[in-house]
Amino acid sequence: MTAPATAPIPIATPGTTPAIELRDVTRSFPGPPEVQALKGVSVTVADGEYVSIIGPSGSGKSTMLNILGLLDRPTVGEYRLNGVLTSALEEDERAAVRARQLGFVFQAFHLMSRRSVLENVLLPMLYNGTPRAERESRAREALHRVGLDHRIGFLPGTLSGGERQRVAVARAVASRPRVLLADEPTGNLDQTTSAEIMALFEELHADGLTLVVITHDGAVARRASRRIRLADGRVSEAG
Amino acid sequence: MTEQVAEPTSTGRRSWRGLRSRLRIPARLRRRREAAAVPGVPPVHPADRFRFADLLGEATADIGSRPGRLVTTIVGTVLGIAALIATIGFAQTAAGQIARQFDRTAATQLVVTPTTADTRGGATVAAAALPWDAVPRLERLAGVESAALLAEVPLPEAVIAAVPVNDPSQPPTAPPPVYAASAELLDTVGGRLATGRFLDAGHDTRADRVVVLGSRAADRLGVHRVDTQPSIFIDGIAYAVLGIVESTDVRAELLNAVLLPTGTARADFGLRAPGDAQARIAIGAGPQLRTQAALALAPDEPDSLEVNAPDGRSELGQDVQADVNGVFVILSVIVLLAGGVGITNVTMLSVMERVGEIGLRRAIGATRRQIAGQFVAESVVIGLLGGLIGATLGVFAVIGISLVRDWTPVIDPWIAVGGALLGAVLGLVAGGLPARRAAAIEPVDALRGGT
Repeated sequence: MTAPATAPIPIATPGTTPAIELRDVTRSFPGPPEVQALKGVSVTVADGEYVSIIGPSGSGKSTMLNILGLLDRPTVGEYRLNGVLTSALEEDERAAVRARQLGFVFQAFHLMSRRSVLENVLLPMLYNGTPRAERESRAREALHRVGLDHRIGFLPGTLSGGERQRVAVARAVASRPRVLLADEPTGNLDQTTSAEIMALFEELHADGLTLVVITHDGAVARRASRRIRLADGRVSEAG
Repeated sequence: MTEQVAEPTSTGRRSWRGLRSRLRIPARLRRRREAAAVPGVPPVHPADRFRFADLLGEATADIGSRPGRLVTTIVGTVLGIAALIATIGFAQTAAGQIARQFDRTAATQLVVTPTTADTRGGATVAAAALPWDAVPRLERLAGVESAALLAEVPLPEAVIAAVPVNDPSQPPTAPPPVYAASAELLDTVGGRLATGRFLDAGHDTRADRVVVLGSRAADRLGVHRVDTQPSIFIDGIAYAVLGIVESTDVRAELLNAVLLPTGTARADFGLRAPGDAQARIAIGAGPQLRTQAALALAPDEPDSLEVNAPDGRSELGQDVQADVNGVFVILSVIVLLAGGVGITNVTMLSVMERVGEIGLRRAIGATRRQIAGQFVAESVVIGLLGGLIGATLGVFAVIGISLVRDWTPVIDPWIAVGGALLGAVLGLVAGGLPARRAAAIEPVDALRGGT
């Protein structure tokens, strides 16, 4: 299905408040030459939906993820996260939203090499106000869920790539975000490990977590319940 | 679709407003507090917020993980603080030594002289006279260890020579000064004899014609030994030379002089009164003896005597301590500044190396203030650590060198405590710039780097 670039993409579960709603979002980077990484993008992701954003290098995927993750602001347009207009938020409020509503999984894992697996998973809960008494149990629960109970005291450097990414997933979900954003989560993994991570994402989705996975890998994108294709900063296809 | 504007719970809002009105929290702080109530995000219980203890925990968690880097960062502070503590300690110790030397001499000498008055003719004369029994009077006072009388015998035209020959071909030279001295003078001024003996009470009582020469006066008169029973001639009268004084702790002018017994000076030269009374006193007795000595020597008119007594500690010694401290502290501060620049540089390098970590922390919800706070806290902890090690090294350096040099180590304990705290302050100042740099890093840019 192809949708006009400016038209909102139909949400998967009509009737609920969308988790993510981009409306005519443009992101320009001043030049010279000025670059428009996103050009009037409108996307809606329903609460609990599993969406992949696919596109070639330079299509605007990462810019879109940065905006979705409140790491960047649209130059023009509106972005509502769980119904809240994010452009009205101050810097510290955006940090608070990132801490309490969003989880991130990066291609490069971004684990702290001198902290143990458990400490890495505990880190987001330091900033998001998780009750102190629950932090460690939540971290252990998340690590159990990704199958890394036996690695909690290890340093990330001693783990395989797949295990590191699973630690990153555990870190992202331990603080119980409403939306998980993954940027090329299998980009540094082999096929078998990629499949494990994607299976993990499907489990999280089955539990009701909203997932947005950015990838250039068609196989990874097809695991999502809906795919949005970006090309040259515009939504070229959604379905 | 309507915009969802999240409101904090009404109960929490009401109680917060009440508290605000009661405490009158400044608007800026209030805004910051209210930032915790973010639209669409449930409020966080204060106990679960990011607190100072969390900041400290994050700041210290990785400090020891790279010992090499830690040493590089800390070495400047350690050296700076150690140098500061050591130099202040050495200054205090050295000043203590110097002060002790001064105290042994200047702080233990008391001199009583009659006050003077100007006559109509413009001459200055003594307004009172010391009694001849001033020595026993002074020695009865607590704190006086030894006392003696001294008076210059005015003999401006006298011819003083070692031989009774008046050689008209010799160019005229000023005669050495002649002083009348009591037997206790040598002990009182800390004098040492090169040869022979000093005057005694018998010479005084009998008005014997004997003298003791100061070493330089003896050189001028050509007298170098007394075992040959030499004599000198004062206006043609022979005086047997009993001894030669080699040195004195105070009143060095006595080394140029010819010393006569006071009885002899009274008999031969009509000396009417002692010029001054000199006493060696215990350290610290000066303030008390200043009034007692005048009363002991002139009970009816103590103001007619001027008593020159030291304070508890010699002022000169304190001045020296202040000078030495000043010079050393300036040098140490220069070293310390170098240490501070070192911390700034290494922390700045650390910020650059940890861009990925900063990006991650920002992505998972750390605010700019929390990032800045973490780097400042790290810098303060490193500075404090450097200060503690430096202060310890500095104290041990002072103690070690004092032991080797047989000095008494003197160091104010607050200097050591202050040194450690100064390290923390140095860290705070030095960490400011890197922390600002870290806080300014955009998470999008930072996440492109590794963690």
